[in-house]
Amino acid sequence: MLKSPAKLLQLLVTLAACAFLLVPTLQSVLAGVTVNYFQGISSGLTLSWIGEVWELYSDSIFLSIRLALACLAVTLVLGVPAAYALARNPGRASRILEEFISLPLAIPGLALALALLQLYGSVRGFRVNWTFILVGHVLYTLPFMVRSVLSVLAAIDLKTLEEGAASLGASPARRFVDIVVPNALPGILAGALTVVTLSIGEFNLTWMLHTPLTKTLPVGLADSYASMRLEIASAYTLVFFVMIVPLLMAMQWASARAQRIMQ
Amino acid sequence: MTLVLKNVAKTFPGGTRALLPTDLQIGQGEIVSLLGPSGCGKSTLLRIIAGLETAEPGAEIRFDDEDVAALPVERRKVGMVFQSYALFPNMSVRRNIGYGLKMQKLPKHEIDARVDEVIALCRLEPYATRAVTALSGGQRQRVALARAFAPRPRILLLDEPLSALDASLRNQLRDELAELLRQFRITAIFVTHDQDEAMAIADRVAVMSQGEVAQIGTPEALYRNPATPFVARFVGHAMPLAGRIDKDRLHLQGGALPLATASDGLQAFVRAEDVCIDPNGPLEARVETVTFLGTHYRIALSGVTEDSLYALHRGASAPGPGETIRIAIAPEAVITLSADQKAA
Repeated sequence: MLKSPAKLLQLLVTLAACAFLLVPTLQSVLAGVTVNYFQGISSGLTLSWIGEVWELYSDSIFLSIRLALACLAVTLVLGVPAAYALARNPGRASRILEEFISLPLAIPGLALALALLQLYGSVRGFRVNWTFILVGHVLYTLPFMVRSVLSVLAAIDLKTLEEGAASLGASPARRFVDIVVPNALPGILAGALTVVTLSIGEFNLTWMLHTPLTKTLPVGLADSYASMRLEIASAYTLVFFVMIVPLLMAMQWASARAQRIMQ
Repeated sequence: MTLVLKNVAKTFPGGTRALLPTDLQIGQGEIVSLLGPSGCGKSTLLRIIAGLETAEPGAEIRFDDEDVAALPVERRKVGMVFQSYALFPNMSVRRNIGYGLKMQKLPKHEIDARVDEVIALCRLEPYATRAVTALSGGQRQRVALARAFAPRPRILLLDEPLSALDASLRNQLRDELAELLRQFRITAIFVTHDQDEAMAIADRVAVMSQGEVAQIGTPEALYRNPATPFVARFVGHAMPLAGRIDKDRLHLQGGALPLATASDGLQAFVRAEDVCIDPNGPLEARVETVTFLGTHYRIALSGVTEDSLYALHRGASAPGPGETIRIAIAPEAVITLSADQKAA
């Protein structure tokens, strides 16, 4: 396998890079299950920090899940028809609109949050409600849903497929349900996983928009590092990993699948 | 169903006249082909009949006694076969074929019975449960036809259904398609740019050029009595004989040719199969190239008219390039026509 010094060098560099990325992560995870981090592993291993995280921050975890699912619902309802409309009307106006939807990606989350605060900050009931954060998340994740669905729709001859369905007696609504959505499904799935992953991990925007009663998972993480012992914060990181890594893997799988369909 | 079109015209946004006001009548069970080069308006006319394009105001589109001009495509009950087939990739062969019946909200056992019937008719039994993406081009084409025919449409509309196929497969499927359409006993319109396809499949052929029907008739009528130089050229590749017509003689570079009738002021055309090598022929020609095509030789001749004149020559041997030969054209083989109003 290791036939030449060049190959060996390659392997060493790769391993070193992996270690550079993984060691701090593992250290953090380890800190979360160590009785006393400053004494080291010799102090013993425990799951009690995780229990404490659950006690302190389970609200944040549930809020994040609720936010992610609500965000997914809104981006599906807005994003799929939007992508369909853009795919069916290719032209300058559509391209401009597409760029316009993507604009929130180019603006720092902080600026976006400030704009939202300026506009709606004085609406009291809304400002302290979790739906205020939802608006921010939808703004930020919608372009991912639209682009993901649009790229799949653009790869199929949607116009002719719909004409085929229409000639067989299908109304516009039936064509959308029977033809457009099923054929866009790989893109919808990839978009949905991206939206959920981004929503759960979003910090910039959320940090500006949250109130003490509407803390999400990443905001809680920052809070725990700032105000709790290191072991609790590390245990929190572990919880975060457990939630986000499977989502990330599913997202990779779904995008790869959508890519295959497009070829 | 009988189809009557009156005053059907279409101008695209931007001002292109895709279709000049057109009248057309098609009888019950008749198969008519719209034949012409790309951009002649044949697909536009088909799409207007289907309801996929709207004609300009004032058009009348009658399916039997019903004027359907204002109906959207989904309520016209047409069966459409697209050039790309437009099979639904998210459905199996069976579900594709049953989709139109499902849209008619028929009970499930009726849908199943009809789908089985059409699958058998189109000999698709081995593929019924397959995904459409797993089919060959020829199989897809038959599924597209079966899907269009299953909901019992009033008319079948086929838009270049063979042009997505390999040349070798096309000839075989052309005859198969002609046979199926006859079995269906359905009024059908078939758009193509290929005269062989049109002639093999259609009862009548409408030759279209520059947004209008130049001539409509049986394949034989079009071939033997073309009405315009365009039709003569497009159907059977008639070649112009550029010369001066003086009473019943046509004076060409290579000599004078007798005509069947006096045709002052007309243009003369001839087809390659009517140009014969004849030592006693009235015209002198120089052989430019000789191509052996198995059943015959195709010989390009110069010195007779402005462009090369082609002759199809059957026989065991052919003259060589550079030779000077004499040729004859029977007087009745010369087609005489008044010039096109527009340049074809």
